[in-house]
This record gives sequence, C-alpha cells and structure tokens, in this order.
Amino acid sequence: MIYMDNAATTIRKPEPVKEAVLEAMESFGNAGRGVSEPALNAARVIYETREKLARFFHGEDASRIVFTANSTESLNIAIKGLFSPGDHVITTVLEHNSVLRPLYECMERGVKLTILDCDEKGNISYEEMEDAIKENTRAVVCTHASNLTGNMIDLERVGEITRRKGILLVADASQTAGIYPVDVQKMGIDVLCFTGHKGMMGPQGTGGMYVRPGLVIRPLLSGGSGVDTYNPRHPELMPTALEAGTLNGHGIAGLGAAVSWLEKKSLSALREIEIARMRQFYEGVSRIPEVTVYGDFSTDRRCPVVSLNIGDCDSSEVSDRLSAAYGIVTRPGAHCAPLMHRALGTAGQGAVRFSFSHYNTEEEVETAVQAINEFANEQ
Amino acid sequence: MRKKEKKLVVTFHTTADAMAMEKACREYNVPGRLIPVPRSISAGCGMAWCMAVEDRDKILRVLKERNIEQEDVHECML
Repeated sequence: MIYMDNAATTIRKPEPVKEAVLEAMESFGNAGRGVSEPALNAARVIYETREKLARFFHGEDASRIVFTANSTESLNIAIKGLFSPGDHVITTVLEHNSVLRPLYECMERGVKLTILDCDEKGNISYEEMEDAIKENTRAVVCTHASNLTGNMIDLERVGEITRRKGILLVADASQTAGIYPVDVQKMGIDVLCFTGHKGMMGPQGTGGMYVRPGLVIRPLLSGGSGVDTYNPRHPELMPTALEAGTLNGHGIAGLGAAVSWLEKKSLSALREIEIARMRQFYEGVSRIPEVTVYGDFSTDRRCPVVSLNIGDCDSSEVSDRLSAAYGIVTRPGAHCAPLMHRALGTAGQGAVRFSFSHYNTEEEVETAVQAINEFANEQ
Repeated sequence: MRKKEKKLVVTFHTTADAMAMEKACREYNVPGRLIPVPRSISAGCGMAWCMAVEDRDKILRVLKERNIEQEDVHECML
C-alpha cells in the first residue's frame, strides 16, 4: 500500500506514541478522580502533555490548553461559546465544515456571517478581510490551510488585523499543527483549535484548543470535573471550565509522546521531506495535459497536499482505480469543504487529493505519477 | 491509634494546578505528597498538597515563582 491520505490522518505513528498509549492502558486510573497512584499516573501524564502543548504552541501556561476529541469539538466549543445574537463574524470559503456548520447554526440564532471569497488560485484577500470588519464584528474564524488545496492563510497577518481592530482570531490548525510552527502569542491567536492525529502524529480521538488568558468561552458541555462537586454550575476555571467528563487519558499520553517526537525530529526537517514529495508529485502530474491541479504552487509555504482531476473523470472513479490497481490510497469527493469546491468549480466532480507525510518515499511518489499518467492515457 | 501531626495542606481550584504543584515541589526539592482533601477543609479540587509546616516559606516561594494558583493554605492535624 502507498498511503497518500495524510491530510485525513497519518497512518504510521511513531513507536514512542504507540508505547505511551500501551503503557497508559496498563497503568492509568481516572485523572483528577481521587489521589490513588493509578489516578495520579494519569493526571501527571495529562498535565505534562498540557505543558508540552503550551510550549509547542507558545501559549502562556499549561492551564490555557484544553483537551478535546478533535478539531471539530474544539471549533464547536469556540464558535458556539463565543458568539451571541447580533455579533458579526468573518470567515472564508477555504473552511472545512467543522467551521462552517457551527457558524451556520450560529446564524440561525441571529449571528451575522461574512464569507470571504478567494481568487482562482484559492487565495483570500487580506484587504477584503479588513474591509469586511464592521462595528459589531466579533471575530475572524479561519483556517491556517485549506484541506483541499493546501494553500495557507497568513495567520500572522490576520492576527495583526484582528489585534489592531480589537476583535478575536479563532484559528483552525487542523492541517498545519505538527507541520508548521504555530506561535499563538506572536500570531495574535485568541483561540487555536487543533487535532492530534494528523501532522501531530498522535492517536485519533485526541485534540485540543488553546484559549488566550482572560478570554471566557461558554462551555459546550458540563458535568463531572473532579473538582468543586457541590457547585451546581460547572467550574469556571481553566482548563476545567471546558473539559467535562473523563479525558481521553490513553490518547493524551500518546499525544504527549508525539509532541516530544516532533520536537526531537524538528518540524522543519520533517516538513522539508513532505514539501519535496509534494513538489516532485506536482512537477510530475502538472506535465500531463489531461490533469488539472488546484491551488497555488508558486510557493513552498503550503501544506503538502496536491488535489487534481483527470479530464472530466469522476474523482471517485480515479481514486478507486488508484487503490485497486496500484494500492495508492487517496481521498476523492468533496473533502468536507463545500465552498472551496464551489469556488474552484469542482462541486460536481470533486477532486482526488494526494497528501504527503515524511514517511512517503520518492519511489512512492514516482509510482503515483506513473499511475496518473497511465490513467490519463487510457482516457 | 496513629499519632496525628500538624501538617500544611495546600488546596487548589483545578486538578491542573495540583499537578503543577506536585511537579514544582519535586523540582524545588520540597518534600510532600498529594492527598485527598481532608473533610475538615472545604476545597474545590479533590486533591491537596500535604507537607511539613516548617516548609511554609519554601512553598510560598514555589507558588509565587511558578505562578501556581492555590485556593488556600491550611494547617491540619493529619
């Protein structure tokens, strides 16, 4: 199998991640529920992982890191917990449904929404973003990179605008966390939402959010917290305020090991390989006349993703053929990014997405290019 | 019956603060351990840091330097 669906999830987890999960499954009680040694084993590892993530994203301290199941949960907490009827929010067509659908729900409750369009390469205009800010604008909610094109949004530039205008920046780092450095303080990010199982190399079911000190988010869930039991309301102190119920301690142990692994390997060294694979693939397929590639490849500052179509072939058929004939795993269809597909004119056809990780080899990329070539020649 | 001693008990609002305390105390070499909060104390978090009363100054320094938010510092017979 040649696995090229790393934007969906990375499949080869580092050994220390697997070991940490196994060790956790053999020794963890329930963190924060009592002071038994098993409970403390879990609480200690969870706390260490909070510290590691705070350092990794340059948050102020460990209490600003909240654990969730994935980016979707983090984005739902942020979007539904920050905005109220009458607020205006700005987002972009690059967004995933995990941003769009919670925002649409907010619209039903009276939140106003502006969705910024993109150019033919899939890039937004920062001037348009600034022009869209009104008196009642509360926030910009945007992705760090499109999961379809791999194009990035310059969060530092957005953060400069949102800080200057006194509004919030809620950023979705699903595609970039673990690949590009994210510095929440330097970038002016008020809420960062991330998942653990993609570039972060951790287990599925792990993820989280960073919340800037002083920013209060209405919790999506309330319930067991292990603290303040006789208070009828869920505790308001972070990180407990946004964490109800037993945490995914086993997964979080794996995520903690993943962060250490990434730091040891260095993001830039891993990214260099990923971008080289992406570039090799792009150069190979863009020479094929029947192939249309989407996104902006004028820069290497992008996610290692190449989405394409062959003539007017159904993307599902192409992906299925790649899998059946060559064992190449890709993702066809709409990628939960309806507005991006509409903007690119691919709402019907979808696209075949190849997304690379550092474990992909040059030979694998060469095989994938040849496969596309053969498919195109058959048409 | 076990003889009780006077101990210093630091309580917290969140589990994360209690964990931060344990970690910091190990680094600063302040002996102590996490215990379930004694019923004579009302506290937010179910775990508390229990230590020798003589180390009060040391612990106040750790809390301050590490910016750990404690709920309260009690003296208890434990």
